[in-house]
Parts: sequence; C-alpha cells; structure tokens
Amino acid sequence: MVPELGQFALILSFCLCVLLGTLPLVGAGTGNQLWISLARPLTAGVFVFLSLCLLILGYSFVTDDFSVAFVAQHSNTLLPLQYKITAVWGGHEGSFLFWTWMLAGWMLAVSIFSKTMPDDFVARVLGIMGLIGAGYTLFMIATSNPFDRVLPLSPADGADLNSALQDFGFIIHPPSLYMGYVGFSVVFAFAIAALLSGRLDSAWARWSRPWANAAWAILTIGIALGSWWAYYELGWGGWWAWDPVENPPMINWLLGTALIHSLAVTEKRGVFKSWTVLLAIMAFAASLLGTFITRSGLLTSVHAFASDPTRGVYILGFLGFVIGGSLLLFALRAPLMKSEFGFEAVSREVFLLANNIILVVASAAILLGTLYPMVYQAVSGGELISVGPPYFNMIFVPLMGILVLFMVIGSISRWKKTSVAYLKKQLMIVAVASVALGLVLPLALTMEFHYGASIATALGLWIVLGIVQDIRIKIANKGSVLVGLRSLATSYIGMQIAHFGFAVILLGAALTSIYSIEKSVLLSPGERVELGRYVFQFDGTEHLSGPNFEAERATFQVFREGEFQRELHPEKRVYVASMSPSTEMAIDAGFTRDLFITLGEERESGAWSMSIYIKPLVRWVWLGAILMSLGGIVAVLDKRYRRLKVRTLQKAEADKSGKPAGDDYQPVSG
Amino acid sequence: MKPHRRKKLTIIAFIATGLSVAIGLSLYALSNSIDLFFTPTQVAAGEVTNGQRIRVGGMVKEGSVVRSQDSLHVEFMATDYSHDLLIRYDGILPDLFREGQGVVAEGMMANGSFEASRVLAKHDENYMSVEVKAALDAAERDRALPPAETEGAADGS
Repeated sequence: MVPELGQFALILSFCLCVLLGTLPLVGAGTGNQLWISLARPLTAGVFVFLSLCLLILGYSFVTDDFSVAFVAQHSNTLLPLQYKITAVWGGHEGSFLFWTWMLAGWMLAVSIFSKTMPDDFVARVLGIMGLIGAGYTLFMIATSNPFDRVLPLSPADGADLNSALQDFGFIIHPPSLYMGYVGFSVVFAFAIAALLSGRLDSAWARWSRPWANAAWAILTIGIALGSWWAYYELGWGGWWAWDPVENPPMINWLLGTALIHSLAVTEKRGVFKSWTVLLAIMAFAASLLGTFITRSGLLTSVHAFASDPTRGVYILGFLGFVIGGSLLLFALRAPLMKSEFGFEAVSREVFLLANNIILVVASAAILLGTLYPMVYQAVSGGELISVGPPYFNMIFVPLMGILVLFMVIGSISRWKKTSVAYLKKQLMIVAVASVALGLVLPLALTMEFHYGASIATALGLWIVLGIVQDIRIKIANKGSVLVGLRSLATSYIGMQIAHFGFAVILLGAALTSIYSIEKSVLLSPGERVELGRYVFQFDGTEHLSGPNFEAERATFQVFREGEFQRELHPEKRVYVASMSPSTEMAIDAGFTRDLFITLGEERESGAWSMSIYIKPLVRWVWLGAILMSLGGIVAVLDKRYRRLKVRTLQKAEADKSGKPAGDDYQPVSG
Repeated sequence: MKPHRRKKLTIIAFIATGLSVAIGLSLYALSNSIDLFFTPTQVAAGEVTNGQRIRVGGMVKEGSVVRSQDSLHVEFMATDYSHDLLIRYDGILPDLFREGQGVVAEGMMANGSFEASRVLAKHDENYMSVEVKAALDAAERDRALPPAETEGAADGS
C-alpha cells in the first residue's frame, strides 16, 4: 500500500510541475498577478510531494519491502541501516528520484531567497525549473519508476547493494555531486527568464551570481569527494582516471568555472551578455548530457547504470528539446544583448575572455574524447575503441598551464584598460621569484632535476605570489596592513581563497603524479619489502566477521629509516549476500605523503599478493578543492547580494543610463 | 570599418584561431591514444599485429586461471566461446575478476599470447561490460547457434 502512495505522490508532483511550468510563465507574460503569485505555493507543493516520494522509498528500504523491484535489486535484510537509507540513490530509478528532489530543493531555495527580485522574474525562473521538473518526473513515471512492484511473487530477500558502494564515500559523494550538478539548472533558469523578459542587465547578472557560485562550490566538493572515494575504495592508488562518467562532471565544472567568471564581467561591466547566457545554456546542457551518458548504458564505466535504450532516447529527446528551444530563444533575443561599455585590448575583460576560451576549449576536448568511442562505433559499423588517459592529459595539462598564466594577469589587471607597463611593473618580480623558486625547490628537496616538477612548482608559486602581490597593491594606501585587509570585499576574499585552492590542487596533482612510487609483490608472513625510505613488514592475516561480510585482515608494521612508525591493516572482504569480494585499502594519510597498501589474493603457499604505494602530496588535491569550494561559499556570503529590492532596481536603472556598476567592489574574477 | 566592428572581428578571429588549433591538437592527440578492441576470434584470425597496443575481452574460461606460487604472474584464458586467447599478466587482479565472468585486458600480442599491462573487470548492474557483450554477440552470430552462455552472463543482477 505504501509504495502506491509513493507512486501517487510522484504523479501528483508531475501534475504540479506542469502547472508550475505553465501558469506563472503565462502570467508573467500577460501580467496576470494571480498566476504570477501561484509560483511560490506551487514550488512548495512540488517540493513536499517529491520529499514524500523520497521518504516513502526510504521507508520501503528500511522496512525491507522486497515487493518493490528497486528495493529488491539494491538492498538486503543484512545491509546496515545507513546503507539501506542511502541505497535510495544506489541505482538508476532511485538516484533519478533523488536528483529530481534536489531540483525541487533548489526551486524551494530560489522561492525563499528571492525576496529582493521582482515577482514576475521569480515566477519565470520557477516556471522554467518547473518545466525541467516536469520532464524529469515524466521520465521517471514513463521509463524508470522506483515504485514498480514485483507481485505476486516477491523475492524473500534482496540482491544486496553493490559491495563497492557500501562505504562512507557513497553516503556523501552522490548527494553533493547531484546538488552541484542540479544547481546549474538554477542559473540556466535565470538566463532563460532573462531572455523571456528581455531584461539582460547587471541586475540579472547580480541575481544569478550567488546561485552560480553556490552550485559551482558544491559541484567542486562533489567532484573532489568522488575523487577521494575512488582513491581509497577502488584500490589502484589513483585519484582521477578520465573515466567516461568522471568526465561529464568535469566538463560541467569547467563550463561552470567559465560561467562564474563571465557573470562577474557581465555584472561589473555590462559586457559578454550573450556569452554568459550561452555558457549558462551549455552548462545545463552538459549536465543533461552527463545524465544521458551515465544512464543510456552506451559507455562502459565503473558508474554505468543498467542499459535501457528507451531511457537514452528519452533523455536525448529532452536534451534536444531543451537545448533547441533555448538556442532558438537566444537567437530571437540576440539584439537585446548589446554590450553597454567598451574595453581596450589589454584589460581585465580580455584576460577573462581568454580564461573563458581556454576553459571552454578544455571542456570541448574532454567531451570529444568522451564521445569519440561512441561516434567511432557508429561510423565504423560496430568497431570498439577506447580513449585512454594519455589523450586527456596531453590536452588538459598544457591548457591548464596557460590558464594559470592568465589567471594571475587577469586578477591583477584593471577593468576597461590596463597598461602593459603597469602589468610588467607589478608582475615582473612575481615571475622572477616563481621561476627561480620553481627551479630550486624541487631540486633542493629531492636532489634530482625534473622539468615537470619545476614547471608545476613555478606555476603554483606564480599563483600564490600573484595573490600576495595583488593584495599588497589593494591595501597599499590603506594605512596599516590590518585596516587594509579589513577593507577587502568579502567576494574578493572568496575569489583569492579559491585561486589559492587552485594553486594547491595544481601542486598536489602534478607533484604526486611525478613523485609517487609503487611496488607490487608477493609476501609470506614475516617477510619485508622496502620502498623509498620505508620498510613494510607483513605479519600475516586473521579472520574477521563484519555485519554482512567476512574478511581477512592483514597486519603490516611500517618502519621509516629503521624506526617503527605504525601498524596498517588492509582487508579483503566478501559480502555474504552477493558473494562479491571487495578490497579495503589501508592508508596512512599525511599532509606530505600517503602510505597506501592494497591486498591482492592469497596463494596456496600462504603468501599474499599486494601493492604498496607512497604518494607524496596527494592530500593537496582534495585540500585544494575544499579551499576552492570555501572560496565560492565566501563569495556567496557577500552582503551586497542581499540588498533591498528597491536599491537593486535603482542600480539597474543607473546601469542602463550609462554608469558602470559598483566600482567600489572587487569582483570574483580572474 | 568602424572601430567596434574591427574589435569584434579581432575577438572572433582570436576565438576561431584558438578553437581550430585546439581541435587540430585534439585530433592529433586522439589519433595517438585510441586503443582498438579485439575479440579472441579476431585475434585468432590474425587481425592483430605484434606490438600494437590493443584491448581484448571475453569471458574468463572456467578452470583456466593459473597463478604462479612465487611471483605475481597469472595466466588465464579469455574466451568468446568460439576461440580462446591466453592472457599473461604480472600484477594484482581486480576484485571482480572471476572465472566465468567478463574481463577486458589492455596490452599487446607477443608470440601468440597476450601480454596484459592492465586487467579490468568492470561491469554494469548486469555484470557484463559493453565490450565483452559485443565480443560474445559477434562470436555467437558467427556460429549462428542458440545462446549457451547466458548462464554466466545473467547472474547476480
């Protein structure tokens, strides 16, 4: 009975989405105040009923209702409670419901935190999100209903959640990734609402920016959590593999990064309007494409859901409809998107444009590599190929290098016009210092020259010293340093934290790739193996019983230069219900290096195969992502986004009449 | 030409050049880093040259896995039920590697056997990778026999 209630709530949410996607939009078009005012209550309704769906599905999991097909496929009576709850997003149907609920969550947030915007604009934004929600809920009802039943012959027990998913990472990675992903539909809705209403002004950019920054910050964390989880769960010591399903979030992240910078220019200078709108459409399209790639089953990957062609066709149709419609509207409204001010060839605008082009090119190249196997298969008549990490690294690494160069120049240069002499004067010392330290530091620490490590160190320091220099310039005439630092705008501080985070990621990613060492060996109990400055002693294994698994737990003693450091305990588990094996790594995490042991299999002789890794600075990759995300959140908290409606409107009018917006603030840019 | 037109044109030229250079480089990079996929039947037919980096896939033949007792060396047969291919690997097999299940290996042919540099046992919810499924389907078409191997493929979903 309860699952039928869920089914009913799902259909009801679809109906409410359809209402939300029509009445307020028509109302905003015709000036019907009653219909405009329906937007917020309808949004609340959609959220309530989708929440109900989610709760009911969760209830079915917790009560082991295996008559629900989705529960039977992804749960088991032995499954620990936290995984029963999170198994809701452990498969296609449930994760799509969760995804749609996230959309409803963002809609609710927009309806609450939009008091400073005119009602008709909010009605349009919510209406467009309602249309997207209608597409998602219809998709579920038509092709992937999580409440489908197996009746009358319900299985006595479930098939269990995939053992690789029974981990803490699974509890936090999908929610944050989905939340970031879906967040870009808010920015998309803002862009379409602006196109519909014809008000593509600084006010629109200012309203969009906190949402874009928030979605971007959450997506950053989501991707980083995925990388961290893959690192400690998948067992090959890697933190990024250019897997076909890792790539779409990365594409989205790159487009999102371009978008938040382009929005900054649009808000500050009233230029790049059409570009910003296009980026908002592209970022949303990328999120749909990611959904398509993951759920159509066209690509082999660790993440792939069960393949079902009808789902792929539906998503592709929806993608075509949304993107086609948006681009048509974009073309019709193109005359509205005139730039309000000009700028010179050397100015912050131009450097930000360069940054945008690099980011878009990088995402296009990743898209090409991701889709190429599919296209090749179609063109060659079924021949299968794969595109490996070398391709992605060859494209991505140099592009990011160039991006870093522009990043510092862009944030130190001024709007409208900057003299080359000024840039030279401010940046020469930064350039010299970073190149010199880049050459010396890796050499001094490792006693060996490596050109990649030197370039990476120089680029990382270029960012860090560039930030220091920029802040120094900003506070130069403020009396004391403390007064100067206090006077910096919140969003400026956010931007510099994020840029610093990028430097940390760059250093971590590059140096851990260069300096990691590993060894695969076969060891009998009592044997030792040496790696780098460490010695690992294998003391054998013991049997262990978990709640729903049986395990062999190994003991290692780690010595560094003869001195005992600590014990490490990697495990080999077999989950009882599915009989699927799973390797639990043992990791000694550290700020400067990770020690990492993964068990292979036991031989008849009692020896175990195993891999041991030493990975310097690998934590910096995620630390940097946390800093970037923090920077995004700090920027969202800037008070100026919460000004009263009246003032925003006055400002918008002032912008139209030719006065540049807010020169007193430092924008999030670079 | 008006100045703002000229500026617009410069920007467009800038973007177009950047994009075409990027696309050229991407295609060049792609041509160097695609790995073709072969089935055991194709390998047996001599379609692969020695030393070419490829991927092969099939099912791990029951009872064919031989592990060395004093090193990490492992040998097993990958089969598409028409032909078998001996795969040799020095390393740790993934968790999901099992006899009778699908497997994909990256590496190159050497003296009639396959030297794998990486062995993957990825799968979707149905425990079968797209590539392995294609290999089995192709072999099945060739033999034009009713499917005898669905047992190993449909388990565990």
